[in-house]
Amino acid sequence: MDDIPPYPPIDPTTFDLIVIGTGLPESIIAAAASTASKSVLHLDPNPFYGSHFSSLPLADFPSFLSSHSTSPSPPRSPSSDDPNEFSLLEFATRPLYSSIDISTFSPNLLDQHSRKFNLDVAGPRVLFCADKSIELLLRTGTNQYMEFKSVDATFVGDNKGNLWSVPDSRAATFKDKSLGLVEKNKLMRFFKLVQGHLAGEQDVKISEEDLQSPFVDFLNKMGLPPKIKSFILYAIAMADYDQEDTGVCRDLLKTKDGIDQLALYNASIGRFQNASGAFLYPIYGQGELSQAFCRRAAVKGCLYVLRMPVTALLVDKDTGCYKGVRLASGQDIFSQKLILDPTFKVTLPLGSSPPLPLKEKLPFFSLKDDKGKIARGICITKTSLKPDISNFLVVYPSRSLFPEQVTSIRFLQIASNLAVCLPGMFVLYISALCNDDDQGKKLIHAVMNTLLTVPLDSESNAAVQSETAEIGSAVQDETSESSSGGPSDSGEEKPTLLWSALYSQELTLGQVDFICSTPMPDGKLNYNDLIDTTFKIFQEIYPEEEFFPETSLENPEVDGDASPET
Amino acid sequence: MHGRPRKAPKPEDEAASSAKAQKLRALQTQFFSFHHNKIYTKEAVELSAKLLEINPESYTAWNYRKLAVEHYLNLPDCNPDSIKSVLDDELRVVENALRQNFKSYGAWHHRKWVLSKGHSLIDNELRLLDKFQKADSRNFHAWNYRRFVAESMKRSEQDELKYTEDMIYANFSNYSAWHNRSVLLSALFDKKAEGFLLKEKVLPEEYEFIHQAIFTDPDDQSGWFYHLWLLDQTVTTDSPLLASSWPGHGSDVLLVGDRCYNGSAFSPFSALHSDSGSFPIVLYFNQPVRGVNSSTVTVECGFNKNEDLLWKPLSASNSQTARVWVAHLKVSSSDLHSTVEVSVGHTKGIISTRGFEYSHPSMLSFKVHVQPMERDSSQVSVAESISLREENFKVYGKQSEESIIDSFDQLIIKNGHETTASNWRFEALAKEIECFRELLSLVDCKIGKLTLARLLKAYDAMSYPFANKLVHSEEVLELYSDLMKLDRTHYQFYKDERSIVLLQKVTSSKGSLLQHCFQYKDSVSSAICGPICLRLNNLSLSRMGAFEKLLWVQMLDLSHNELQSIEGLEAMQLLSCLSLRNNKLRSLTALEPLRKLKLLRILDISYNQIGDHSIDTTRYVCSSPLSHSVGSELNRDETVTSDVALINNWEAFYIFKDFNLNQLDIVGNTIADEKFKSVLVKIMPKLKQLDGKLLD
Repeated sequence: MDDIPPYPPIDPTTFDLIVIGTGLPESIIAAAASTASKSVLHLDPNPFYGSHFSSLPLADFPSFLSSHSTSPSPPRSPSSDDPNEFSLLEFATRPLYSSIDISTFSPNLLDQHSRKFNLDVAGPRVLFCADKSIELLLRTGTNQYMEFKSVDATFVGDNKGNLWSVPDSRAATFKDKSLGLVEKNKLMRFFKLVQGHLAGEQDVKISEEDLQSPFVDFLNKMGLPPKIKSFILYAIAMADYDQEDTGVCRDLLKTKDGIDQLALYNASIGRFQNASGAFLYPIYGQGELSQAFCRRAAVKGCLYVLRMPVTALLVDKDTGCYKGVRLASGQDIFSQKLILDPTFKVTLPLGSSPPLPLKEKLPFFSLKDDKGKIARGICITKTSLKPDISNFLVVYPSRSLFPEQVTSIRFLQIASNLAVCLPGMFVLYISALCNDDDQGKKLIHAVMNTLLTVPLDSESNAAVQSETAEIGSAVQDETSESSSGGPSDSGEEKPTLLWSALYSQELTLGQVDFICSTPMPDGKLNYNDLIDTTFKIFQEIYPEEEFFPETSLENPEVDGDASPET
Repeated sequence: MHGRPRKAPKPEDEAASSAKAQKLRALQTQFFSFHHNKIYTKEAVELSAKLLEINPESYTAWNYRKLAVEHYLNLPDCNPDSIKSVLDDELRVVENALRQNFKSYGAWHHRKWVLSKGHSLIDNELRLLDKFQKADSRNFHAWNYRRFVAESMKRSEQDELKYTEDMIYANFSNYSAWHNRSVLLSALFDKKAEGFLLKEKVLPEEYEFIHQAIFTDPDDQSGWFYHLWLLDQTVTTDSPLLASSWPGHGSDVLLVGDRCYNGSAFSPFSALHSDSGSFPIVLYFNQPVRGVNSSTVTVECGFNKNEDLLWKPLSASNSQTARVWVAHLKVSSSDLHSTVEVSVGHTKGIISTRGFEYSHPSMLSFKVHVQPMERDSSQVSVAESISLREENFKVYGKQSEESIIDSFDQLIIKNGHETTASNWRFEALAKEIECFRELLSLVDCKIGKLTLARLLKAYDAMSYPFANKLVHSEEVLELYSDLMKLDRTHYQFYKDERSIVLLQKVTSSKGSLLQHCFQYKDSVSSAICGPICLRLNNLSLSRMGAFEKLLWVQMLDLSHNELQSIEGLEAMQLLSCLSLRNNKLRSLTALEPLRKLKLLRILDISYNQIGDHSIDTTRYVCSSPLSHSVGSELNRDETVTSDVALINNWEAFYIFKDFNLNQLDIVGNTIADEKFKSVLVKIMPKLKQLDGKLLD
């Protein structure tokens, strides 16, 4: 960050809003504020869009993680040497990633084509065809900047490496080979009940009492066998914690919420004619979403400056109110409001009384950084885990891999047809909620060991970026290639790992203190909760403004555009 | 394409459609002038294309285009390239028309016609079809056309079967796909194609397949239809079989000039009063057959071969295909005791409607004993009136039970050769029964109940020859009673089915049959042993069935039931006395089956609903035999056709003219006024008694 080319000074120097960081929440707020005719300056210290929601080339991935893993530099005392009427509060960076473990098993192959990879920092993640992110894309016309493809199937995995397809629709239930006739019947009747309930049919109304009870109890009451219960809870309603062990479950799903999840899933299937499954994935990776909203904001007049770190916050000497930021270039920029990427935090100097215009606001923001962590893993392979399909989601419900597994592990395989990797390769995104790094690692390893062959004589480097290209791994590369053969005709052959990255991410929530900061990517599969939070932050800073008013629609007929190309 | 609600047209839509109509009218006028003047210029042909694009239903325009194509193909400078371009043009027009309305019969037909002209690009057709079938996967036009294309391309049935599978996987609620599957499988079975040689190998997989659909969504009917087809494939044996006959194999037939006889050794099932010196031989097959004649069925009586014996089919529609065939054998009065041997199917030629040969030649033999007529007692029988009333019956005597029991087994024919071949059928049915019991334990579903009833019935029918009882009949009866309550719209259908099951149950064992056998207490002649009267009264029957077990019946009491039809009764060739009192017969034409009963002398149709309903729909189905010169047999009595009363009552004439009734009760029907009765007397001059009144 030392070799930043000199920038011409930014003009004007005063804005309505400054947004730092181009993660999805920041980008949406920038777009929304620009749409509401605010003057917005959008800055990012990185040379790319997306921050913690970006998709990065292979070579850049480890450095991004490690740059956000160091502990904060001790805050220097506020520099009072400033000639102005402002005091400077320096930004500190939060350590957001820990326990980073990058392993390369085929350096030649990967290094030469680093730029062909677009690896999601916040994977696995998808868009449900009927979820809030799609609604937002359509409403804002942002979909015109993106293309999507369908994620074709969902499976539930077990500890023997089997992947069971999830009977998530009538046709899928009919086709399913693993369910017995009775199970099929029970499942379909349950779906019909839910559909009837949602359609408001009188005779199939689910009672209020049931709606308030735990979803798992309701499923038991409906007489659903364990296998189907597990499908519904973990692969359709996407529950994170073991729903049948109230001791460890931090997020017990109520029937009402479970039904809402089913409704979302059901509405997602078949919403777009050319999307066969319930989910969509953006071509070139999830980072495209942030970038698309930035484009949307730019169209509305938002000013963008990348590769521009900010060094300090400018606050009024007397009132302690926020005034502006100081850029790495040394320039001071002023604004009414500020939105901050979760990377940064402002440490108040000891002894100084905090300036609190926003302090006592909104209980939902009072949640602090204690929500645990999420373990993520990215694996690159040369063969698909399923011979016949390439883009799919797999859920390992709690206790499915080992007895102490209390959270669901989800993983998403994405193929090169989504332009995330070299042709013929596959990227696997794995994630699981965890309490600490060790637990997280164990969860991710459990999946990898079940599904993948990890070459033994490899260069595993727990440190930051492994530059291990020079080792005679070309030979090993050959052998791994020949052993995997063609796209596994036996079906038994596990794909061989070419590259992997394991890391833990802090689940920092968005907060409104005397400045607003946006949340880190959460542990969910889609963006619904993040969009909710983003909306609330927007409302917080602009209570009078509408969040993307309906009239801002530029191309009214957009329905077809959101659907994937093929 | 399905399930879209109709919307009321908006004013602007109406304006648009009237503008369209105007344009269409102008086009049409111009088109007709071209057509009538046989103008086939490029411009004229283009115009017809325009017309068809707007209105694909215009048959005349399609026909015009056919003429135009013929015209071009017959031009002297016609070459392969020009032919191709002409036909390509046609295909393009059809495709555009189908885009407008892909349910247009005319368009699909035109396409077939074009291809029949030898257009070579048939491969393209599948691609087109894929497009249309994606848009509407159930469109039967597309499926029909697909069969045509597949056949022309000589695409294998296996490939097409795979295609139906894919379509079903995409959405199993697809009648057309299931139907096509049954068509393809039938073809493969017929061909005995590789892998389709044995039904027992193929059908279980198909059952497995359909179970997935039925269990996934029991309310979806498309799968049930396929299941019904599978059930039929499982139950129906390919080659027809002889189910029963009269006289039965090994029986003794006593022919007497009178009803009475003394030979107690004879079974009551096979004693017959005959004035004509002949008796019927009835063959009852398990499915309709054709080709029963004196060469396929030979009858030897003593040493005489009866080569000129005339076999007649007994069926409602006068087709040459029937389940029941009858021939009348004359007995020479000199031979008091003789043995008759009937051999069926030793010569090929008896063929089922599905084209399978009767392949299990069988032989029936029975003895015939002739008892000469006694003049004085026959006098009595003429004067006597028979009344099938309660007081005239007594329970069939204990002393005679023995003979019934002995001869009960002769009523049906056991086809032993089917046993081993049928094992898989049993297994398949047993599996299905288990499966549907499970389904019903999960959901209360009407069609599931109906299917279970059908399965149990089929299972019982199949196992009957070995078990000698219908194990599940109670359960089946209950299922149908249940369905009658659950599904009022199809009440009558369930009731009919239930009636047949009930009759099968009654006739299934000696014991139950005996409960319905009564002796008519002859008030005039105090003979010890009259013919048995089978009384199936008060059973709320709405339909008759189990005829194969009832061929022997001479006196039948069906009173106090709910019969609307007596279809199938024509099989009971020995009937001489029949009571249909207090039923729900609604028209004279419902009596049609009785016309074939040559021995019927006494008929009671009193207290029915004949004439209640002013419109007898059957009247419009068959035209009056009197107003046209149809049926030369009618014209033998010219005077009849000039009688106005008869012409107005032609149904009565048509039905009753062939009857040889002595006694008729018709009171209690709206139609039966004095005028009508006088017509009846005119039609049946031999009638001796009408509504209890002796006639002159």
